[in-house]
Amino acid sequence: MSILLSRESRILVQNITGGTGTFHSRQCIEYGSNIVAGVTPGRGGEVHLGRPVFNTVGEAVRQAGADVSLVFVPAPAAADAVLECVDAGVALIVCITEGIPVLDMARVKRALAAAHKAGFGVRMIGPNCPGVITPGACKAGIMPGYIHQAGRVGIVSRSGTLTYEAVYQTTQQGLGQSTVVGIGGDPISGSSFTDILELFEKDPATEAVVMIGEIGGSAEEDAARFYRERMSKPVFGFIAGRSAPPGRRMGHAGAIVEGGSGTHESKVKALREAGITVVENLGDIGAAVAKRLAGKAAV
Amino acid sequence: MKLLEYESKELFRQHGIPVPPSGGVIKSLAALPAALKRAGKGPWVIKAQVLAGGRGKAGGIKLAKTPAEARLAARSILGMTLVTHQTRGQGLKVHEVLVEGGAKIQRELYLSVVMDRKSAGPMLIASAEGGMEIERLAAEKPEAILRLAIDPVAGLPSFAARRLAFQLKVAPEHAAGFCRVAQALVELFIRRDCGLVEVNPLVLTPKGFLALDGKVVIDDNALFRHPELARRRDPELSALERQAKAADLSYIALDGTIGCMVNGAGLAMGTMDTIALAGGRPANFLDVGGAADENRVTKAFQIILKDPKVKAVLVNIFGGIVKCDMIAAGILGALGKVKLRVPLVVRLQGTNVEKGRELLAKAKVDIVSAHDLWDAAKKAVEAAR
Repeated sequence: MSILLSRESRILVQNITGGTGTFHSRQCIEYGSNIVAGVTPGRGGEVHLGRPVFNTVGEAVRQAGADVSLVFVPAPAAADAVLECVDAGVALIVCITEGIPVLDMARVKRALAAAHKAGFGVRMIGPNCPGVITPGACKAGIMPGYIHQAGRVGIVSRSGTLTYEAVYQTTQQGLGQSTVVGIGGDPISGSSFTDILELFEKDPATEAVVMIGEIGGSAEEDAARFYRERMSKPVFGFIAGRSAPPGRRMGHAGAIVEGGSGTHESKVKALREAGITVVENLGDIGAAVAKRLAGKAAV
Repeated sequence: MKLLEYESKELFRQHGIPVPPSGGVIKSLAALPAALKRAGKGPWVIKAQVLAGGRGKAGGIKLAKTPAEARLAARSILGMTLVTHQTRGQGLKVHEVLVEGGAKIQRELYLSVVMDRKSAGPMLIASAEGGMEIERLAAEKPEAILRLAIDPVAGLPSFAARRLAFQLKVAPEHAAGFCRVAQALVELFIRRDCGLVEVNPLVLTPKGFLALDGKVVIDDNALFRHPELARRRDPELSALERQAKAADLSYIALDGTIGCMVNGAGLAMGTMDTIALAGGRPANFLDVGGAADENRVTKAFQIILKDPKVKAVLVNIFGGIVKCDMIAAGILGALGKVKLRVPLVVRLQGTNVEKGRELLAKAKVDIVSAHDLWDAAKKAVEAAR
């Protein structure tokens, strides 16, 4: 088992014909992901990387049976690409694109909420994220596949390369990962830490969770509350940005301490008070999880 | 991107939000008489144009009843270094002042629109207690703050603006004026892709409402929709930060001694934190990005080494899409072009790491290799001593 992605996932890639889309689609196919279609408006009818290309997401869903969309559409049009997925009834939208205007995401969030209200189970991951991978089964994203190993730890993170660091360490420790989810570094994201923790809690293959947060916002504090009230599995937290100056955006649009809120200190405090193990040294994540799971037979 | 007060007020004007009569921004005393004339008959207010709150208390805002007083005020503010609770380091040097006509204040309100992460949309914030910093108000009198989630498509409907006017106890004869300002503020926020629009205080004068101060932050991601703002010179950036931006590098200058070059914003922050944990202080945040090639690596080195405080450089790359051998080639290429005056610690991990390490080992350059991040941080801290 795993969350979000499995061997059965049928992926369509939006902007599959672009440079980035082509490169990463090929990598995903090599990893074993079942990419069934591409969408590039105006290029319908072509075949790219051996996959049919459609003009609209709706066609890709109906004719190729896609249920996951991997979005590589450039920032100015990315929110519209996501709205097209919501309209077409795609179950999982993974948006890699960096630099989407925040107001565009606010509109996307309203469309997602409206779809939920109407009874459509749609979920969005990202934007500005490395994507999602269920090691050994399916990769929908830009992460290097080979550092992963199918296994016991769920990882959820706001940062790309920090995720790789946690993946690498848990692989080195022989623990492996159930699913790895990059929720992205933007102020407004499709899914929150809490959304993903909820899925990991229910997933029998996940025995522990690594949550990699950073300064800015209050998603980590919310996750801490969820953990205290609703979670039984151990969670290990790391919060980046302890040494960041207030008021400056640290690369990610969402990584900023504003008006004294969203600080490293307040997040670490919230996590600790909820009973989450906070790892201070980035290099100790894998070892901390291994120590806790030692002696427990893998599921 | 944060706008200065006079830039913010220019946007207010364009969106129909009343502001005090402006004499414009001046950089020298010679321009003062004309500015006073433009602002109308006194009294006048002389205001330092820097990106920091708390200017008044720090002596950056002065009231002048006569042209002679205005001259004294402008002379003391122009060129001064303003230190407020919001400035970092040595404070901000004042290069320009705004000259404005004064206002007869009957009442002060607070009004702003922020991008709220929790409700995933704009949030209107209002208070009858204007003039006080909102963070302080939130801490001391949270019940005095009104919040209203705004639909990013519909904006602020008239009924909601009216309700707000009643809640703030705006007199009926001024309610229409208040609603116009509130609706225009929301409209400005949405049309110009703002992260923040703040009027503090919004004052009631005998002639109606006036935005006495203004603060606007534009969403950097949306600058492609606002070329007129994208072209603007960002006063918040240091000279090095400006160069980095031109080279498409995400760089923020800090006050430590260890220069950092990392791929990925999260790992760049994590690297800074690890340096701090190892007892050192990072000199910068630098994300070379996912598309790092030799050219970018060279540019990154040039910028890091221009900072005279740098006593060691730490390169931390977790190759994913970026390949370690390409980064190694980039480092070697950069060392051919940039004179390295400090020790260099390199930690490579991920895609093609063996090839990358081999390249560096063969090149016979003076590089300290590290096997993991903690090892790298300790070595860099040692080297910077």
